[in-house]
Amino acid sequence: MTAISVSNLSKRYGKTTALDQVSLELQRGEMVALIGASGSGKSTLIRHIAGLEMGDGTAGKVTVLGNISQDGGRPNRSNKRGAVSVIFQQFNLVTRLSVLTNVLIGNLGRVPRWRGTIGVFNKAEKEKAQAALARVGIPQVAAQRSSTLSGGQQQRAAIARTLVQQAEILIADEPISALDPSSARRVMDVLADINNQDNITVLVSLHQVEYARRYCKRTIAMRDGRIVYDGPSTALSNAFLAELYGDASEELVLPEAPAEPMPAVPLGQPARQPALMHA
Amino acid sequence: MDRTATPNGAASALTPATTPAKATAPAPESARTPGGFRNLILLAVLITALGISWGPAEMGNWTYLFTDSGNMAEYASGFLQPDFGQWRSYLEEMIVTIQIALWGTFLAVILSVPFGILSAHNMAPWWINQPVRRLMDLFRAIHEVVFAVLFVVAVGLGPFAGVMALFIHTTGILAKLFSEAVEAIDPRPVEAIRTTGASRMQQVIYGVIPQVLPLWISYSLYRLESNVRSATVLGIIGAGGIGQVLFESIRAFYYPQSSAILIIVILTVTVMDLISQQLRKLVI
Repeated sequence: MTAISVSNLSKRYGKTTALDQVSLELQRGEMVALIGASGSGKSTLIRHIAGLEMGDGTAGKVTVLGNISQDGGRPNRSNKRGAVSVIFQQFNLVTRLSVLTNVLIGNLGRVPRWRGTIGVFNKAEKEKAQAALARVGIPQVAAQRSSTLSGGQQQRAAIARTLVQQAEILIADEPISALDPSSARRVMDVLADINNQDNITVLVSLHQVEYARRYCKRTIAMRDGRIVYDGPSTALSNAFLAELYGDASEELVLPEAPAEPMPAVPLGQPARQPALMHA
Repeated sequence: MDRTATPNGAASALTPATTPAKATAPAPESARTPGGFRNLILLAVLITALGISWGPAEMGNWTYLFTDSGNMAEYASGFLQPDFGQWRSYLEEMIVTIQIALWGTFLAVILSVPFGILSAHNMAPWWINQPVRRLMDLFRAIHEVVFAVLFVVAVGLGPFAGVMALFIHTTGILAKLFSEAVEAIDPRPVEAIRTTGASRMQQVIYGVIPQVLPLWISYSLYRLESNVRSATVLGIIGAGGIGQVLFESIRAFYYPQSSAILIIVILTVTVMDLISQQLRKLVI
């Protein structure tokens, strides 16, 4: 079953082409990395899948779990609210609210509107939020103001919010690039756990290819708004990255990372049918 | 079409296009007019405006400040012996003035929340925020004294006319200040809340209000202070409170009493300032 399907999606900002005829498909239960240098279109793609931006032209289409989310630059208003949960590079918590309230916000698309609007959450919802915080490893901070948390803790609180949201798809826009290495690993571990245990489809954009190799079977690589590679993460050797990105590949590889011994494997499939690569 | 590369196969096809991604970034705009020249023009404009305004503002009369200083000293000497004989009634009237300011400000704050949000360009489309802004301009452009005169005609002499005048004028001011705070928010938390499936209203309640609340409270307390001063002036045109007593004693040449009233007003404004400072610390 297809979780996310994007076809012929394009987007321009002024003279810059952010997305150029992008098409991709994610199957349910996959955990896929999206890599690319700065300005390659990763964030733009993620914002379109999240429904935060609308594509240009009439050809672009995004389908989520079989329901059209946008078609020809128009949002589908009848779509189920909050079907895709999103975590962001800058965490995007409301820093003046408590951590628990931030997590409870994940309920807004699920509870009756009036109840969410006046902020009445029942005991079960509060327990669920508390359990989500425990699962991401920060149960002790629930009552604190979010601004008092470290970056890694804020990102985990943001993940707890998506757990409460109970969407079947989680997309993450550079969730670890503002974090130190150990916080980054912990956040990636939580994402991998959600993917494993709850069978939630995860699309995570990453700046550094090491994390893609380590956590995701499949990687989609972008450059200048196009998908330039879609296949097994193991094939992404440093040499191949240099081929894809030229000098810009340096920013994708951690300097202290060991040289990748794995030889590049030729792939017979074009990017349009990524599912076949896993068959 | 996608330019799809495979590790070995399409590598050669890719090579010619291997340009650094950054080359496509737009070049920075060329430097603007040098700052020094622009500043000179601004200075010239300011000096010209001041020069043109000199005559009409009768600034030439400044010498009277010195030649007629005797009159002023005589007038001021009347104020040197304040007469607090009727302090009880002054205090009562002062409290009425504060109560007028309190209600006027409270109603204005309540109404400024929706008006402020609707006139922020990041919250409402132009066909909503432009009309709302023009309405707020109208509220703001007309001085509270003018509103008070209108309301005195409508609801009669007394404090309620003052409340309504402050309410309307302050709504115009606070809605503008509130909307400026809303326009300066960080949009990213609001976006995150939108992705959970929250309604527009919920995005505002959870994403916008927490961010602007400290500023809103600060602005509201400041307006409460200013409205205590304004309410004093409103008394002069018949809207009750200490102002009415003050104006009556000045007109009757009761300078010692006027002086006592002025001292009470100054002390009240100072106390209001101290209280609002403490309140601000408490909530922010």
